Amino acid sequence: MKPAVFQYRKAETTREALEALGTNPGAKVLAGGQSLVPLMNFRLSRPDVLVDINGIEELTLVEKLDQTLAIGALVRHSTLSQHPLIEREVPVLAEAARHIGHWAIRNRGTIGGSAVHADPAAELPAALVALRASVVVGAPRGERTMPADEFFLGYYTTALAQDELVMRFEIPLPARRMGFSEVVRRPGDFALVGAYVEDSDAEAAVTWFGLGAMPERQVVEAWPKGQDERQALLERLAREVQSDDEYKYAMAVNVAERAYLAAQKEG
Amino acid sequence: MAAVEDRISIQLQVNGRQHQVEVAPRWTLADVLRHQIGLTGTHIGCEQGVCGACTVLLDGEPVRSCLMFAVQAQGHHVTTVEGVTPETGLSPLQESFRDHHALQCGYCTPGMLLTAQALLDRNPTADEGAVREALTGNLCRCTGYQFIVDAVLAARDQGRDE
Ligand SMILES: Cc1cc2nc3c(=O)[nH]c(=O)nc-3n(C[C@H](O)[C@H](O)[C@H](O)COP(=O)(O)OP(=O)(O)OC[C@H]3O[C@@H](n4cnc5c(N)ncnc54)[C@H](O)[C@@H]3O)c2cc1C
Ligand code: FES
Ligand code: FES
Repeated sequence: MKPAVFQYRKAETTREALEALGTNPGAKVLAGGQSLVPLMNFRLSRPDVLVDINGIEELTLVEKLDQTLAIGALVRHSTLSQHPLIEREVPVLAEAARHIGHWAIRNRGTIGGSAVHADPAAELPAALVALRASVVVGAPRGERTMPADEFFLGYYTTALAQDELVMRFEIPLPARRMGFSEVVRRPGDFALVGAYVEDSDAEAAVTWFGLGAMPERQVVEAWPKGQDERQALLERLAREVQSDDEYKYAMAVNVAERAYLAAQKEG
Repeated sequence: MAAVEDRISIQLQVNGRQHQVEVAPRWTLADVLRHQIGLTGTHIGCEQGVCGACTVLLDGEPVRSCLMFAVQAQGHHVTTVEGVTPETGLSPLQESFRDHHALQCGYCTPGMLLTAQALLDRNPTADEGAVREALTGNLCRCTGYQFIVDAVLAARDQGRDE
């Protein structure tokens, strides 16, 4: 099918984008279009106005600030997967980005779009939660910043208001040591289930995706060194997350175990 | 009920040529290439980014032309399968596809060719794993993929691209 009629506004600056969003209650942001355009093609989404943010330079920045790595909302998956600063400071994020969809999808899709779309099986929202990132949101009323775990509210649901624009993500540095793993039916599919397992000086934690309605992070005292004990703990944790699919719990334990082993190699 | 649909006049740079076209913002790049510009080599399968038949190169990078609006392609170089086909005959990669029976109905072929060409341009020594990984985003209902992978690897071994 083809999308319904809409008006097209190309924003050159975040101010222009916010103005267009603020004055059109039926407006939506167009970033990589890899989730929004399929929905529009099937007329599941019919925005009156599309605000194209692809020309906004400041949203494409990756910068190391004082104690954080700032990643603009418009940074594409292909950039995440090979940016030297990300590779060096947060290798797990580059690794996760390489698992998103296919080459052509990664060339367009953005981290901001993935976060706002909030697919419960997506890699990046869970990465943001696992890395304790903050989401910086612009609005006509001014900027606000919230922790990633307060940004995601449920299936395809976030704390973002219609007139707000995600500007960037801030990942605290040094980034926590963690490993990533997921299970997919075919390469490029959304994950059936995936996990980030942290085993750092700061904390021991697991963040699941594809298991519940949104990324879920759980902190434990320490990961048992013995595999049986560790897997029993992982299973108990997985079962605390409400999932409709019983079969996923066994898979979740396996995935988290692999992520744990990957975290050990991260060194 | 529907608002009057704007038409926007845009310049599209396709296969090295400028085209001036009048488009509605909701027209996808795939549709404009086919219907306004007459380049029907770009195929449309699923219109949801999954099949890869509509893959074109945007500034040399594979993208889904069903998931971009034509207005967004202004200021970029678009390459379609026509753009990687010589005036007469076939490109080495295309010949390799023919020699290895890498197509049957041909529906997926333009997307396969553009993705594979972009891979070989970037990585002339791509191994089988890299070829398979690059082509995961292009579905073929006929060949079973093996012959496509063979064709790309053979084109690589002949060590030439355009
Ligand atoms: C075939 C295929 C396979 C895929 N596989 C995967 C996969 O394995 N894993 C995965 O995680 N994803 C996958 N995706 C989705 C992909 O990652 C998308 O890129 C991503 O979900 C959305 O990002 P986008 O930039 O394309 O956003 P868009 O589609 O442009 O927008 C998505 C939503 O976010 C809003 N939005 C975008 N940016 C902002 C912003 N800065 N501020 C406010 N609102 C904003 C839009 O209004 C829209 O509601 C796949 C997509 C396809 C087509
Ligand atoms: S038609 Fe574009 S990916 Fe299938
Ligand atoms: S040759 Fe028929 S779909 Fe690939």
